[in-house]
Amino acid sequence: MKKLDILIAGVGGQGVILASDVMGEAALAAGYDIKKTDTLGMAQRGGSVVSHVRIAHRVWSPLSKEGEVDIIIAFEKLEAARWSHYLRPGAIAIVNNHALPPLSVNLGNERYPGDEEITNILRRWTDRIYFVNGTSRVRELGNIRTLNMFMLGCASLFLPLKVHIWKNTISQRVPSKIRQINIAAFNQGRKEIRNVHL
Amino acid sequence: MAKVIKLLSGNEALALGAYHAGVRVAAAYPGTPSTEILESLARFKDIYAEWSTNEKVAMEVALGASYAGARSLVSMKHVGLNVASDPFMAASTTGVNAGMVVISADDPGIHSSQNEQDNRYYAKLAKVPMLEPSDSQEAYELMAYAFDISERFDTPVLVRTTTRISHSKSVVRVNRRRVAPVRQAGFQHDVEKYVMLPVYARLRRPLIEERLVRLADFAETFPLNQVLWGKHHLGVVTSGVAYQYAREVFPTASFLKLGMTYPLPQNLLRSFASQVDRMIVIEELAPFLQESIQAMGIKVTGKEFIPRIGELNSGIIERNSRTAGLLVETSARQTRIAPELPRRPPLLCPGCPHTGIFFVLSSIGRRLKLPGSKGKVPKEPKLIITGDIGCYTLGTYPPLCAMDTCACMGASIGQALGMEKAGIGDKVVAVIGDSTFLHAGITPLVNAVYNEGQITVIILDNRTTAMTGHQEHPGTGISAQGKETRAVELEQLVRGIGISDVKVVNAFDMKALRANVRSSIDSAELSVIIVRGACSVRVPKRTEPRTIDTEKCNQCGICLLIGCPAIQSENEQVYIDTALCVGDICTICQQLCPRQAIAPQSKIEVTKAP
Repeated sequence: MKKLDILIAGVGGQGVILASDVMGEAALAAGYDIKKTDTLGMAQRGGSVVSHVRIAHRVWSPLSKEGEVDIIIAFEKLEAARWSHYLRPGAIAIVNNHALPPLSVNLGNERYPGDEEITNILRRWTDRIYFVNGTSRVRELGNIRTLNMFMLGCASLFLPLKVHIWKNTISQRVPSKIRQINIAAFNQGRKEIRNVHL
Repeated sequence: MAKVIKLLSGNEALALGAYHAGVRVAAAYPGTPSTEILESLARFKDIYAEWSTNEKVAMEVALGASYAGARSLVSMKHVGLNVASDPFMAASTTGVNAGMVVISADDPGIHSSQNEQDNRYYAKLAKVPMLEPSDSQEAYELMAYAFDISERFDTPVLVRTTTRISHSKSVVRVNRRRVAPVRQAGFQHDVEKYVMLPVYARLRRPLIEERLVRLADFAETFPLNQVLWGKHHLGVVTSGVAYQYAREVFPTASFLKLGMTYPLPQNLLRSFASQVDRMIVIEELAPFLQESIQAMGIKVTGKEFIPRIGELNSGIIERNSRTAGLLVETSARQTRIAPELPRRPPLLCPGCPHTGIFFVLSSIGRRLKLPGSKGKVPKEPKLIITGDIGCYTLGTYPPLCAMDTCACMGASIGQALGMEKAGIGDKVVAVIGDSTFLHAGITPLVNAVYNEGQITVIILDNRTTAMTGHQEHPGTGISAQGKETRAVELEQLVRGIGISDVKVVNAFDMKALRANVRSSIDSAELSVIIVRGACSVRVPKRTEPRTIDTEKCNQCGICLLIGCPAIQSENEQVYIDTALCVGDICTICQQLCPRQAIAPQSKIEVTKAP
């Protein structure tokens, strides 16, 4: 592996930062150099959040360059499109098929893009787009807050990190009360991505 | 000692480095991107760590601890150093006893601040040494140097980070453990050093200049000022996170990487310059290094092609270096443009205790804009609302549009009085959070009492410092290290300075909010309204969410005007996202609905949202 640049994008409150922490620590446990950084606005909830995770034998900048990201993991559809210009040609896009309309859309001042538009925006750079039903899957599992681990499960098939490293890291990072369900969400994500066809 | 390898943020690394360097007293006021430094230090139970009321106080606490023989640290965001600049300058003048380190976390790109400023100039102004880490490993290592330099040169040391250093995680090899402080706490009476009467301050003055000369000499061999030889066609002088970006853009160049950016190592710079064909400076924000190097008579460029505004990244440096002829065009890379999409700014949360009062102010001031209507606000605002720094500044955005100013911590009250004294006819209301009020709102309120102001001051008391991630403050009565202490009662405090019109209102009682705001703005007396309600993020138990009865709802859109993220609309139907609604603690939408169409989920026959 030369290098892997990953973006994890979502909405404040969806658990993007914990997901990128887990990915970073898993990469470290696997012996890679890793840098990660989050860009988020001023408040706790509701704004756009994106984490940059860079894994290689030696990483310099913590921020990825536009046009060089290998994998985007988007917890929300609009956020997938928002950061699409970071993708390298042929990158992998894993997109939770779920919409959280911004307030401006609810107020009728702006329009939420349709599925086809979002797909077309991503298609400018890549055809490898995987839509997954993360929100409904984790709702079925019984805890909507495990979406982040579900999405990591999906992404784990594209990263050179062994499954037990992922699971150990998740176990270390989440409280024991909710460990089981988070691991279950991770497993579910791995299963889901195998069933998704391009 | 076996090496431990950790993934740490810059802030966590600074804290661990300080802990291992034997820090004993740490003080701070929360501020992005610096907050986690003190949060991390507070977890070590064998040191004293406090949230101070503001940065000035924090600086003074650290200075006192240093005088008394304890290594001390004070951390703050860039604008915090503006607040603390008075004791900072004083600390430079008196010098220290035990080591004292001041961390300033700048915010290039204004991710979460009211301005962009380059605090490296504070080192020059105060004539104190400055260190800058370029990743978490260096952040960890340089704290030991910082305390040593402080003691050896009798000076506070400024450690300057930026958002991208403070908030990036990278690998840290932890190779030290805590050195138990050897010296006992104790203060040595010494008026010539510690009492800055003019006569003694004049004695200190030449010592500061001598100190700088010795520091410049020390910088020549300081281990974190490193020359990394590559090819000699290009020499890059850089520091901080800019080094990481530059390393990526110029993989074959030679680097002079500065860990100490004030004072500069003149000989090292001259020698480096003489061994490269062309020398450039890559630095974020102002041409701080560049101008100093040029003043030495060394030929160097930098800001001619590197922006002086905002945060840098490898892409910006690459593009601009190409234009400047420093990089050969290798491939015709497509320029990437971000797609045009609806923006998603941060919002007040569902169940936020600020929402109700902003709705009231906005409707009394006739500022609300109906959904779908074009243009700005319907009429000229009737109330002037001066604002302050906190989550509540988000009340500026539509649909609430409930703020006219936001400048700096505590400014709302002084500005409100100034507007009143200028003679505008409209009533002026100042809106300020509890933590911000305690930080910098008390003195302007005393000023308003003394100078017979007639303003209304609304203190939004959500019992925490919410925006920076829920830190304790004097009003909560819990210390940074989790100890129960004495809480400062806001109503007693404002009554104590002579204000008689003081009301305390439940943040979720819309009728009471409206009535109390009305009576205060109609009165010609200085008044304070404390709007009290806990931050919804901290409310542990959520109760049954509200739902909209679609039979009763006529789509008037009033509930959308409170800007609650849980209230959404799809295909012309307004609905409440039950996963977001906090339930009984809020009910603002339920109170406002003119058709009583909003109720707990179980009270409505299931006519489910889309």
